[in-house]
Amino acid sequence: MYKIILAFRYLLKRRISYFALFAVALCVFVVLVVMTVLSSLTADFKEKTHRITGDCVISSRSLAGFPYYEDFLKTLEKQDIVEAVSPVIKSYAIVKTPQNEQTLKIVGIDPCSHNRTTGFSDFLYYKNFTPLEKVADFNSDGKKTLTGYPDAGSIFTPASDTNMPAVIAGIAVMFDRNSGGKYNAPISLPTTEITITSFPITAKGTLERAGTSVVASKTFVLGNVVQTGCSADWENIYLSFNDAQNLCGLAGEPKRANAIHIKFSKGVDINKGCAKIDSLWREFAGQNKDLAYSNLFKNVSVQNWRDYNRTTIAVAETQQALMIIVFAMIGVITVFIVFVVFYMIVCHKSRDIGILKSVGASNGDLMAVFMVFAFLTGLLGSAIGSLAGWRFLVHINQIEGWLFRHFNFQLWDRTIYAIGDIPNKIDLSVLAIIILSAIAACLLGAFIPSRQAAKTDAVKTLQVNRL
Amino acid sequence: MSKSIIKAAGLFKSYKMGATSVDVLRGLELTIKKGEFVAIIGSSGSGKSTLLHILGSLDRPDSGDVFFDDENLNGFSSRRLNKFRNKEVGFVFQFYHLLDELDVLENVYLPSMVSRSIIGWFGFKTQARQRAAGLLERFGLADRLTHKPYQLSGGERQRVAIARALMNEPQVLLADEPTGNLDWQTGNDILNVFTELNKAGQTIIMVTHDQRIAQKAGRVITLVDGRITD
Ligand SMILES: Nc1ncnc2c1ncn2[C@@H]1O[C@H](COP(=O)(O)OP(=O)(O)O)[C@@H](O)[C@H]1O
Ligand SMILES: [Mg+2]
Repeated sequence: MYKIILAFRYLLKRRISYFALFAVALCVFVVLVVMTVLSSLTADFKEKTHRITGDCVISSRSLAGFPYYEDFLKTLEKQDIVEAVSPVIKSYAIVKTPQNEQTLKIVGIDPCSHNRTTGFSDFLYYKNFTPLEKVADFNSDGKKTLTGYPDAGSIFTPASDTNMPAVIAGIAVMFDRNSGGKYNAPISLPTTEITITSFPITAKGTLERAGTSVVASKTFVLGNVVQTGCSADWENIYLSFNDAQNLCGLAGEPKRANAIHIKFSKGVDINKGCAKIDSLWREFAGQNKDLAYSNLFKNVSVQNWRDYNRTTIAVAETQQALMIIVFAMIGVITVFIVFVVFYMIVCHKSRDIGILKSVGASNGDLMAVFMVFAFLTGLLGSAIGSLAGWRFLVHINQIEGWLFRHFNFQLWDRTIYAIGDIPNKIDLSVLAIIILSAIAACLLGAFIPSRQAAKTDAVKTLQVNRL
Repeated sequence: MSKSIIKAAGLFKSYKMGATSVDVLRGLELTIKKGEFVAIIGSSGSGKSTLLHILGSLDRPDSGDVFFDDENLNGFSSRRLNKFRNKEVGFVFQFYHLLDELDVLENVYLPSMVSRSIIGWFGFKTQARQRAAGLLERFGLADRLTHKPYQLSGGERQRVAIARALMNEPQVLLADEPTGNLDWQTGNDILNVFTELNKAGQTIIMVTHDQRIAQKAGRVITLVDGRITD
């Protein structure tokens, strides 16, 4: 009992203990805040990337695409592990909007099958309106709720009675973002004309000539915008599969596609599923190697969604790895601070050690006094740190807003980063890990000083300064 | 003829100081009987404290034996030695050596906490508080129970230290210059406490370098050249 009493009193009555307490609290605070914000940003980014990609992608490195994709789609649809498949055209085009011309990735999709394969319609900015409703009637959040799309297949049908088909643009392609992170009040969609000009490519990989010109061009209206938080926001423009296939010259015989996105059935392991798809593809390519343009098969590879998006995911993962290294160093620093503080306390309290031994305390008891002390330091320090971290996270967006208003400072420049609010949901398992690590760091840092306390020679500490 | 409680036989102790070594105890022989009040006198640096620490098992001799109730301390496990310090002897030091973080009452019942587990302590706490408060009352400190050691005078602190030493009703009280840091009058009061205790049957071994103080004891033995000369 005296061990706990003494440990408590050392903690509360010794000013130096507050240093250890403060150090632990600060570390817990920093780790909790940064971990909560960065890891949820990364997790969120990955989750969105996964959702807009699907589980597995068969894609060609060549803009000429690969032929006989329709036959392979039939094979895929027969597989138990496959829930949905979506052929996709991917190319580049010059896109003329009322504001400017830019080069974008054009993505041709069949809305129904693509929506079954990915979470595409979840990312549409205007969630609910019937195709014939005037966009001008909607507030900028698209909140006015009507009957919704009759079906996903109509997303390329414009929201007005025009003859022109619609496209869906990445949100940042069309709208500017203000520094507060909000997109400026949108323009009237159905009156926004968008002209897409592309360079059709033949199965031989050469530019196709349409009359005297080498380009194909078509004008659309803006049907909706898509907000993903990923690169699609400022890189992509979506249009119907057939339009895209025509514009890119992939509609000629044999018809070609650039990619097939696949969603696996529930419970299918993504890596195993991709391996299965890979072997199916090899088999298919082998069986059809004598057909015309089967040479295009060699550009095709099967990847899971991570590998397919590895360039962007790698950035996020590098950040996370760096973060973990920094946190490991913070942990080492905590151990070190606790070590120094405890070492000082043990030196300072060596007389107490002698006294306790003179009334019969064992070496183990003395070690326990200081280990309990360390445990309490870790527990109380991390409680303070977590509490502070929690309060800080609750208000993090207000704090950032305040800093922005008064000092024009923004953690993530919203004109550059596609995030809205800073995520601030504390993951309780992460919190538990942080607290346990803080306590472990305290115990580790206190171990050597405590052992030294236990081994201290009672007689020497009780002898009074002999001159 | 009362029985011997502590017996030291052939105690040797030396300290190495670099190349030279100081022989502090050189074959010391000593017998203390139950109920005795013995003053050990010797000049400063003669090894009085060293002897007292060895008798109370805080320190070990280089060679020689200490018998307590005819049992050789050399044969004790460290566990048993801890228990011995807790139960059989009570130390009183020149500089009181109270724990600053505990109040007066807690300092006094500390030995009783040390020997008990948390659960054992909760069962015993009331009893321990009563005994500690009783001891403090006996030494005129009834109104000081919740004070911190630094709020007390030297004489008061020493009485708290004596109360702590007596908490577990030890067989022997070992006092190392208990008045060394006190003025004459206060020191005298402390000595009167000792004589009172001795009258009630408490065995006391007190170390001092002051002849006048030693006179209060029933027997005075002198430590010279690491041996006892009666
Ligand atoms: N830990 C130690 N290291 C070296 N020398 C010591 C140590 N403790 C005591 N001594 C020496 O032993 C001698 C006896 O010390 P001590 O028993 O404290 O004497 P006293 O209490 O009679 O004044 C002194 O000369 C002292 O310097
Ligand atoms: Mg001395």
